Amino acid sequence: MNTRNLEILVGAFVVMAILAMVMLSLKVSNLASYGDDGNVYAVTAQFENVGGLKVRSPVNAGGVRVGKVADISYNNEQFTAVVTMQIAGEYRFPLDTSASILTAGLLGEQYIGLEPGGDEEYLAQGSEIELTQSALVLEQVIGQFLYSKAQEE
Amino acid sequence: MARVAEVTVCRAVFDKDTIISTDISTGASTGTSDILVQVRGLSFSRGNRKIFDNIDMDIERGKVTAIMGPSGTGKTTLLKLIGGQLKPDAGTVLVDGENVHKLSPSALYDLRRRTMGMLFQSGALLTDLSVFENVAFPLREHTSLTEAAIHHLVLLKLEVVGLRGARDLMPSELSGGMARRVALARAIALDPEMIMFDEPFTGQDPISMGVLVKLIHDMNHALGLTSVVVSHDVSETASISDYIYVISGGKVIQQGTPMEIKHSDSLWVQQFMGGLADGPVPFHFSSEPLLADLMKGSVND
Amino acid sequence: MISDWLQKIGHRLLSRFSRVGRGSLFLWQCLLSLPYVFTRPMLLIRQLFYVGVQTLLIILVAGVFVGMVLALQAYIVLVDFGAEESISLMVSLSILRELGPVFTGLLFAGRAGSALTAEIGLMKSTEQLSGMEMMAVNPMKYIIAPRFLAGIISVPLLTSIFMAVAILGGFFVATEMLGQYEGVFWSQMQAKVDFYEDLMNGMIKSLVFGFVVVWIAVFEGYDCVPTSEGLGQATTRTVVHGSLAVLGMDFILTALMFNV
Repeated sequence: MNTRNLEILVGAFVVMAILAMVMLSLKVSNLASYGDDGNVYAVTAQFENVGGLKVRSPVNAGGVRVGKVADISYNNEQFTAVVTMQIAGEYRFPLDTSASILTAGLLGEQYIGLEPGGDEEYLAQGSEIELTQSALVLEQVIGQFLYSKAQEE
Repeated sequence: MARVAEVTVCRAVFDKDTIISTDISTGASTGTSDILVQVRGLSFSRGNRKIFDNIDMDIERGKVTAIMGPSGTGKTTLLKLIGGQLKPDAGTVLVDGENVHKLSPSALYDLRRRTMGMLFQSGALLTDLSVFENVAFPLREHTSLTEAAIHHLVLLKLEVVGLRGARDLMPSELSGGMARRVALARAIALDPEMIMFDEPFTGQDPISMGVLVKLIHDMNHALGLTSVVVSHDVSETASISDYIYVISGGKVIQQGTPMEIKHSDSLWVQQFMGGLADGPVPFHFSSEPLLADLMKGSVND
Repeated sequence: MISDWLQKIGHRLLSRFSRVGRGSLFLWQCLLSLPYVFTRPMLLIRQLFYVGVQTLLIILVAGVFVGMVLALQAYIVLVDFGAEESISLMVSLSILRELGPVFTGLLFAGRAGSALTAEIGLMKSTEQLSGMEMMAVNPMKYIIAPRFLAGIISVPLLTSIFMAVAILGGFFVATEMLGQYEGVFWSQMQAKVDFYEDLMNGMIKSLVFGFVVVWIAVFEGYDCVPTSEGLGQATTRTVVHGSLAVLGMDFILTALMFNV
């Protein structure tokens, strides 16, 4: 195996690996969406129960992803969960938009759904969404159902 | 005679171009003493077996010294001890005035580069390099000579051993004898002060053997190359040696010039040098008398 | 009787310890010799060819098939939940987090690792390493370090190729054989696969695996008993120990990286 062929093949090998990495990074992982970090604004909302919501869970409006959950923390004075969302800068939502924690599919993961209101002013960096709907906790629903069933009899 | 002249030319060219022996050497080279290698009180064991027991040896500069003895007495081990690849349990080895085993790794490499060349039994050529590349290897690694200079030197070294035409062959294409000659060319590439030959004649056909004997002899005479030949080929080795050490059982049984050894008093040495089948080293492996053994066998039937 | 047996076990244990010790000292010397390789890039390139490029074929074939099989199996399980859309997610997460690095590590140990051990072991038995030392060339620098570095560089490269090819294989099965829409395949994946958590962690794993496997391979060759039997044993040990090390490190790394 002469030197020149060797070098060419090794070079091809390295190039192939780099292309593979590029493909994996862009097409497979969410690297593309990391780039959006530039133009986002943070909005908070308080919930009684966030259920299975996680950091980086999607924030959707009308079924379309408009942002992601950046942080989840607990407010020990008001005893509520505080969710901080990052919404892409190109979308504007009225001040009285409501946020609900919904489940994708029957057993899927949870996300925040935004229902726009009718206010003339819009949410901006640091605003808080007033109207919130907590997650459905299955045990509570079942408990209520059983209780109401027992009441009927 | 032409061969001797070529060998001399080799040295001259090299001295003109050389960058080696003037720059990196750190050791204090005594250079004038007669004894190149001085072994004192050397003891070495492998596991429970004592290979060397308090051995003393002097290898004189510019002479061919032979180390002979039966197989398995650890002659190769001795070369490795001298070269610093193995550490002795006791004793010292001084090469060119330097205590081999007290040197730091880089100083040891330096000493090897300057003074030692070694010819292994199998040649130990690098199998993925051609003959030319093998001989060029030490030059490329240790000198900053130009490619053209290296090219000339390699061809000259190969010419000395008579294999210049084989320069593009691969080691797998060489016969055993040719491989050894290439290894020899490689061993003299940096013009060391001493070359150690590990069983150079073993398993060679008469012609190859004759070639090697001649090469060792010529190099010693033309270049003043100190040679240490480890072998148990008595006649060949004795014919070119200036001094012989006969080793057995970890000790030096006898030492002297070939003439002195030939007329030795020791029966054992006589048996060894003469290749006699029976003597102090018995023919029969120790066992009970034959008749008793046979009788035992028939009783059990 | 018992004391004999205890002595044997003690002896074995001690020789295991001494082996590990030798291996660690060996690694240290090897790392110290690495700078030399940068003065002789040709050695590295040659080894990258033997160690990396020549393992490429088995990686490509294995990658494609693993990806395709994974997609099929994922479909069979997910279709019961009406969750076939998640095929791409299952395939990609499995490959990026686990199967990519582990498979590549195992294949590398078997193909390149055993070849390295055999080559170095053979050099040891034909006294080439000894000869080099006597020529005042340090075999650590000239022979061992380039191969070590080539292994560390090659394994992550091979892993990324394996991952890409496997996902493409899964894509092929999902779209051609199972009738999924291309858009659904890629978008599901892109939404949930995280660059740092999944891809980068997988690559870190592959780096660790490469390091461990090539260390074992090169050490076994260097330390082997220089007979034909010894060489066979050393080669076997490389494959077995290398594979076990990959799996063991995989568990440790998974526990560290993907905290539950």
